[in-house]
Amino acid sequence: MTDDILRMRGITMEFPGVKALSDVNLTVRRGEIHAICGENGAGKSTLMKVLSGVYPHGTYSGEIEVDGEPGHFSGIRDSEHRGIVIIHQELALCAQLSIAENIFLGNERATRGMIDWNKTNHDADNLLKRVGLREKATTTVADIGVGKQQLVEIAKALSKSVRLLILDEPTAALNDRDSEHLLDLLRGLRDEGITCVIISHKLNEVISIADRISILRDGKMIRTLDPANDEITEDVIIAGMVGRDLEHRFPPHEPKIGEEVLRIENWTVHSPIQPDRAVVSNASLTLRAGEIVGLAGLMGAGRTELAMSVFGRSYGVGISGQVYKNGKEIRTRTVQEAIRHGIAYATEDRKRYGLNLIDDIKRNVSAAALTKLASRGFVNDNEENKVAESYRKSMNIKAPTVASITGKLSGGNQQKVVLAKWIFTDPDVLILDEPTRGIDVGAKYEIYTIINQLADQGKAVLVISSELPELLGLCDRIYALSAGRITGEVPREEATQERLMQFMTKGQG
Amino acid sequence: MAAPTNSDVALSEQLPGAGGGPVTPKRGMPKINLRASGIYIAFALIVVLFAITTDGALLQPQNISNVIIQNSYILILAIGMILIIIAGHIDLSVGSVVAATGAIAAVLMVDHGWSWPLAILATLVVGGIIGAWHGYWVAYFGIPAFIVTLAGMLLFRAITMTILGNQGVGPFPEEVRTLANGFTEGYLGNVGLGPLGGADLFSIIVGGLVVIGWAVTQWRARVGRLGYGQQVEPMWLFLTKIVIAGAVVMGLIIQLARFKNLPWVLVLLAVLVLAYSVMTSKATFGRHIYAVGGNLQAATLSGVKVKSVVFWLFVNMGVLSAVAGIILAGRLNLAGPTAGNAFELDAIAAAFIGGAAVQGGVGKVIGAITGGLIMGVINNGMSLAGEPPERTMLVKGAVLLIAVAFDVWTKRRAGVAGR
Repeated sequence: MTDDILRMRGITMEFPGVKALSDVNLTVRRGEIHAICGENGAGKSTLMKVLSGVYPHGTYSGEIEVDGEPGHFSGIRDSEHRGIVIIHQELALCAQLSIAENIFLGNERATRGMIDWNKTNHDADNLLKRVGLREKATTTVADIGVGKQQLVEIAKALSKSVRLLILDEPTAALNDRDSEHLLDLLRGLRDEGITCVIISHKLNEVISIADRISILRDGKMIRTLDPANDEITEDVIIAGMVGRDLEHRFPPHEPKIGEEVLRIENWTVHSPIQPDRAVVSNASLTLRAGEIVGLAGLMGAGRTELAMSVFGRSYGVGISGQVYKNGKEIRTRTVQEAIRHGIAYATEDRKRYGLNLIDDIKRNVSAAALTKLASRGFVNDNEENKVAESYRKSMNIKAPTVASITGKLSGGNQQKVVLAKWIFTDPDVLILDEPTRGIDVGAKYEIYTIINQLADQGKAVLVISSELPELLGLCDRIYALSAGRITGEVPREEATQERLMQFMTKGQG
Repeated sequence: MAAPTNSDVALSEQLPGAGGGPVTPKRGMPKINLRASGIYIAFALIVVLFAITTDGALLQPQNISNVIIQNSYILILAIGMILIIIAGHIDLSVGSVVAATGAIAAVLMVDHGWSWPLAILATLVVGGIIGAWHGYWVAYFGIPAFIVTLAGMLLFRAITMTILGNQGVGPFPEEVRTLANGFTEGYLGNVGLGPLGGADLFSIIVGGLVVIGWAVTQWRARVGRLGYGQQVEPMWLFLTKIVIAGAVVMGLIIQLARFKNLPWVLVLLAVLVLAYSVMTSKATFGRHIYAVGGNLQAATLSGVKVKSVVFWLFVNMGVLSAVAGIILAGRLNLAGPTAGNAFELDAIAAAFIGGAAVQGGVGKVIGAITGGLIMGVINNGMSLAGEPPERTMLVKGAVLLIAVAFDVWTKRRAGVAGR
């Protein structure tokens, strides 16, 4: 046996018209945590799908060796037999089944086709202990948070006696506390001898957890960073990912702040599932023209709930409080009313809530302001085409034409389409919920530039983000939300991650 | 289907013209989009096939007229059905609603002696109310359309039987029968067409005006697009399309003119198809239908009044069912308790053969009409060839499955992200 659990040599994967991977080499040492970084579309997920047999042997060229022996997988089951388990970004759990049922799905604890429930639940309890999840094995997966679901996935992998665990963006949807727990767990697994390959966009995490870091760009392996010989900093990784030095991750911006545009007072929202529980309580905040305001908060603090309830009561029940626009109280009881009052809300989940993925760019851009393009109920599609085309050019949306289907665009370009849709409504107030989630570094910079331009046009912008550096780099003023209450308001010059985190965790159990 | 994977992303980022630069127009032979045009090619092939197997009987003037009249009510239902399917719903009740509205029309005209225009108007209103009933439960109460209209299927069949007392009611006034079964008069007399014999001049003029009007509209759309500096298809292709479509329409009209002039239902159908096609492709309401079916949440958050859109689609389906109900009853000259049985299945099949997507968000009125005609031609062609009904049913089932399988297959190859 060698010290390398995995060697991939000369992996080349072609899709019609494009090389997704070209001549990629990757060596993973036994018992290390190996991170893979790269922009969206760099080929990280493709490489992992090649490794785990999602793309079967023969669809790519190159060699895979596991424990020094060739690994020709024609499906996930093959790779799992060799101890390789992949956990995808979108978790593959059945929400209505119990934790134990999910763990042993397809791998049931059964004798002669009949499931042994005692053994199932007992074994599941042991696995849950190993991953540090304090839930009963019989709990339904739908009833636990996404952080805990991630742990269930890992427990499921452990049940298959995993030796090489691949995690694709495991912390993307987790708050800091859950992320930290997950990373600790991975360190623990490493000490038990389980090798991990982790794909992540969160560079600080990568630096803190990874033993070595490989960087992919445009389907090519750029380099593997080893702390033994390389200096490892975020800047080094970013330079490798984008192929250029990003001296500033945020475009410079000189704010020109004007009058108050929107004021929310004593805003209280209750959960539609538990109508007696306040998700947002007595929140008050103001937005001024030309100002970029941040809204920080941990997962579940009520940020999205606050924004969506203001935007046409799209979330929640038992909503009370006032909204003032330019000093006058306004009603925003429906999305139509909110849009008419010049409020725009770009969702955190663009695929589910933001875009019609089966339709083209131009019809998505026009969706929220179709009446601007119509006379007597009929749409002028030439004008629509022209408008969409102008956004495609000015926002650098990478697509051959505005008739391209949005479902085929990359995350960053989809986000630009969502932004174009709201900019076209000509709003005075833009609420941008996680505007750069799942977007690569280069596209993030472009989105920041667009946000700055919007502020310069005199619009008030509220940015909701889970990434504190982003809020610090972008916003003129930041509110912190904790358990549904505004716990702090910090101007740019006084804002630090530590200070915000204090406010964000205030009053939490 | 899964969300787009990184491989799709990699693909799209490498597309030509990336970077927001100017797009160079493609030269030469434009590629045929099989997914969009497959249905029309299939229809043409089926027509040719049956024209051959029936020794041309399929395309005889009287037979063309029959095919149109026999399938008119299914085609009318298919128009409403595809809109509902695009919005992501379904309506299983239309057969029963056809029967119920036919019964109401019959009772009003025959038993109560209402004048036919008033009775038709009242029947259409009742159809709208029935649609509103379904629309309320689906859109505002939030019950799946499958359940609501399954209940409606039973409910309105029961109402039909109650109204009719389990027996047929008829006969209908002359005007209603003419609408369902009759033809335009030879207002301008006949004209000789050499070897084809005499044909109705009025029909030919109407046909000519339709073709010219359509060509002018296409031309103006083309000029409009050019005015906006957009890409248009090459001139030769544009002209070829116009000439072929014009020839097909004129051929159809001439065949009809040689028989008994234009069936009134064809006139009605043409008006409906035109109006609904324009509505779906140009009107804001039409756009909202696609938005609702494509992504309900995104449409809601874009300010589309999604509940109202769905509600009015069901109202529209009710009104069109009433139109179909009147025509069916007029054609049979009798409103019967079992009228319209299983019509919903034909209408749904027409929509899916015509390119509607099971998940909603996709489809065209003209596609549903073509889908309905494909089934109509299969029915007609196979019965002309003396095939037993069970074989016809077998073929129709296979065609439905193949059409949807083809749609799924092309979608998979194109890698379109579904949800």
